[in-house]
Amino acid sequence: MNAEDQSAEMAVQVTDLTVAYHERPVLWDVDLDVPAGNLLAIMGPNGAGKTTLVKAILGLVPPAAGRVLIHGKPYAKQRSLVGYVPQRGSVDWDFPTTVRDVVLMGRYGALGWVRRPGRREHEQADAALEKVGMADFAVRQISQLSGGQQQRVFLARALVQDARVYFMDEPFQGVDARTERAIVDLLKDLRAQGRTVIVVHHDLQTVTDYFDWVTLLNVRRIASGPVADTFTSENLRLAFGGRVEFLHRKTPVEPSAPGTDGPVSFPGRIQP
Amino acid sequence: MNLLADLVGDYTLRTVALGSAALGLVSGALGAFAVLRRQSLLGDAVSHAALPGVVLAFMITGAKTPLVLVLGAALAGWAAALGVMLVVRTTRLKTDTALGLVLSTFFGLGLLLLSLVQRTGGASQAGLDRFLFGQAAALVGDDLATMAVLGALVLTVLTLMWKEFKLLAFDPDFAGVVGLPVRRIDILLTTLLVVAIVIGLQTVGVVLMSAMIVAPAAAARQWTDRLGRLVVLAGVFGAVSGLVGAVLSSSIPRLPTGPTIILVATALTVFSLLFAPRRGVVAERVRRVRQRRRLRADTVLADLYRLASQHAVPEDAPHDVRVLKTMSAGAGVRRCLEYLAGQDLVVSDPDGRWRLTTAGVDRGRELISGGGIS
Amino acid sequence: MSAPQLEILAIAVVTAAGCALVGVFLMLRGLAMLSDAISHAILPGIVIAFFIVGDLSSPWLVVAAALTGVLTVAMVESLHRTRRLKEDAAMGLVFPALFSLGIVLITRYAGNVHLDVDAVLLGELAFAPFDRFVVGGHDLGPRHLWLMGGITALNLTAVTVFFKELKVATFDPGLAASLGLAPGLIHYGLMTLVSVTAVGAFDAVGLVLVVSLMIGPPAAAYLLTDRLNRLLLLAVGLGAVSAALGYGLAVVLDGSIAGGMAVGTGLVFITVFLLAPDRGLLAVVRRRRRQRWRFAQTMVAIHLAQHEGRPEEDEESRLDHLHGKHVGWTPEFTSRVVDQAEGAGLVTRRGDRLWLTDAGRTEAAAALRG
Repeated sequence: MNAEDQSAEMAVQVTDLTVAYHERPVLWDVDLDVPAGNLLAIMGPNGAGKTTLVKAILGLVPPAAGRVLIHGKPYAKQRSLVGYVPQRGSVDWDFPTTVRDVVLMGRYGALGWVRRPGRREHEQADAALEKVGMADFAVRQISQLSGGQQQRVFLARALVQDARVYFMDEPFQGVDARTERAIVDLLKDLRAQGRTVIVVHHDLQTVTDYFDWVTLLNVRRIASGPVADTFTSENLRLAFGGRVEFLHRKTPVEPSAPGTDGPVSFPGRIQP
Repeated sequence: MNLLADLVGDYTLRTVALGSAALGLVSGALGAFAVLRRQSLLGDAVSHAALPGVVLAFMITGAKTPLVLVLGAALAGWAAALGVMLVVRTTRLKTDTALGLVLSTFFGLGLLLLSLVQRTGGASQAGLDRFLFGQAAALVGDDLATMAVLGALVLTVLTLMWKEFKLLAFDPDFAGVVGLPVRRIDILLTTLLVVAIVIGLQTVGVVLMSAMIVAPAAAARQWTDRLGRLVVLAGVFGAVSGLVGAVLSSSIPRLPTGPTIILVATALTVFSLLFAPRRGVVAERVRRVRQRRRLRADTVLADLYRLASQHAVPEDAPHDVRVLKTMSAGAGVRRCLEYLAGQDLVVSDPDGRWRLTTAGVDRGRELISGGGIS
Repeated sequence: MSAPQLEILAIAVVTAAGCALVGVFLMLRGLAMLSDAISHAILPGIVIAFFIVGDLSSPWLVVAAALTGVLTVAMVESLHRTRRLKEDAAMGLVFPALFSLGIVLITRYAGNVHLDVDAVLLGELAFAPFDRFVVGGHDLGPRHLWLMGGITALNLTAVTVFFKELKVATFDPGLAASLGLAPGLIHYGLMTLVSVTAVGAFDAVGLVLVVSLMIGPPAAAYLLTDRLNRLLLLAVGLGAVSAALGYGLAVVLDGSIAGGMAVGTGLVFITVFLLAPDRGLLAVVRRRRRQRWRFAQTMVAIHLAQHEGRPEEDEESRLDHLHGKHVGWTPEFTSRVVDQAEGAGLVTRRGDRLWLTDAGRTEAAAALRG
């Protein structure tokens, strides 16, 4: 089979990725294929290596072995196609800068050395802020934002990257319902434009409503595929070790625009 | 205006003033980045570690050309930064332990070498002593030229690489994803910091130079929330500290330069921490007191409204202070009423009783229904 | 070796021991740089006390220094609590300011008295044997040996008596609080000891050495053991060795004793850093290299196990799959790893195709379980 043909419709292809921190392996031989135009959730228990997987794909953590292709070519050549939303807690929100400034950082890669963001970049930043409902906050100092607002600023920064593949690390972590809805809308928007979004996610309740594909991870890849086939109690037990129990049922937020496909039914309660 | 005339006319004083201002400008600007990246103590290690570099440079070349000594200092400072990184990466020791270890070993080596040079009788003539606590009075035109060239170089690179440094300081992971060579930018910024430190060593001394990295930036941070203004302001504060400290120490006998500059910089910082308009401690205290007074006044107003609203015409229902005192507010009712009167919400009758104005009635209704007061 | 030299050596060793005892806890609590801060910041306390009592070996100086040290810690903490400065910046602001104040006081007002900048930096160890402790006409040895010996004995007593409390408060402040051990009290108690030790050491060997002796030996010892009591013993031992080595260096080169001892401490650390049996740089490099091969063998086993019994098994189990496009290993590395894995009984090879053995299956499963 011709690998190049097959990879044309694949947004991300990870083969045999192994990552070790200080001589201790945290990811073993992970394979992952993500067809373009999908919303994919990466799920797994704490310490499963979800964030590490994303960071290794993005070259932020050196892998011990393995290969990453983005739209058929090595990641190093395709950087401009990739957007990133790191965990909110990974930066110092007391940093002396404004909301618009943070969003403009999304253009720094495209701008190249020495050049400063100009009027075009400012317009892009303001449009992105508008899109996440933060237009009124453009000149606000970032330390004055709530958690949800911080998350939306990070999303706006990713939007101005104008990427084909997005990686988001726990964007729903600790945000208010309004922000959660804004993020869901945005994800569906991006999908409608044919872009691919890969989200590190931890809320089992909302997977079937928010995502098309799911990857279950626990040091190795447990399963990966369309939510309907993959998000099964059997696979969840394999990934979470029978510790899955849905005691606190949380309803997913309703997207403000109806999605194109109906929600896949939830696989039910898993007991040890 | 004798001093001003001296500043312009006196060659030595002018050199000293210019040199100290220049070093303050550069270290303040670079210090802003160091403080934001939590590298304040790295500055301390680098400046202490520069000492053996200075002495070795002198021992090897036998020259005391400023450029040679500064180069030695920079190399040693650099080696120290690398040493800290090596120890942290390969062992279980934490950064602070590695910093203390590298700092004291390098500085000890510097002192040992210095004592050897001194024994052979060269250190005083070579003027190496002044690298310990600084001596602005010893600055000559050559030093000034070296400082100016290096300082200009540092500030130029800082300006050109502005957005890269900013992103590195704020979110290094994201910088990597957008394709910046994070490692190399990090090394470049650290190099600029090392150069900024060694520029100041002759004037401030290795022992105290780290404070010139921290204090101006800490002071500037209280006045602004923008990185650009922060860096400029830190440079200005640094320059002012350097200038004032150096001039003071040159004109008052037996006032060592380095410590004087540091004390001026610290005074600026303490002043900023206390009196900066928004972040200052005093401003916050005032805000809190005002808020508390408003809250208490609101309580009294609501009480008065409760009493008055039982009358047909609330505006026409004066009440005695003593009645209000028995209600929720307790003591301080009279002062609250005077405060409210200042806002035209209440007026006092000739008999000393108080009544609500029309605006007061509106505000009272608002407070009761809006749940502002329980 | 002459008698005065022996006495200097004794003071140096006792100082190193006293510093190491408190230094261990500073290091474990992530407060190593606080020793630098305290040793600088106590200067104005010493100077002011000196102006008042007029005697450099008065116990009042120790009291003043201890108070200044604790005050420094409190200042840094309250500055940090205003949330206007990060902790490192707060520290970097407070101690140079206090130190500057001390230097200015000395140069302005101390004049020609027995306290100058060099003494502050380098101590007076070379002259220590001339300052005798004489009681009722009997010469009991250098006064400084008694002072530092007393401080070291105090540290030793405190560490022995409060061993359990210090241990819990260091490793688990939350637990300490729930046990009613008042971690705040322990913290400030430790800071008092650090300040007292710093002033004793500072007077003898200058402020450079305080940092060096408080951090260097504990850091070296920490690369040799995990157990707290052994860590303390080793730190004291290595401190003594560092001090002796450094003094020897200073004597041979005829240079600064304080500088020599800091260099001695550095040398001892570097030696341990390179050669420590388990955590030394050489051991780590060797282990990492070995593990890289082992790791690669395990990876081969896991790779085969992941695809066993699946349609893609044949494709994925070919030797050339491991290098080149997928795993990204070079052909040389791959063939060596596969040879090793075959030797270890994890895989068997037939032509270009690899097969997992039972041992390989067990290895892969064990690795995935972590």
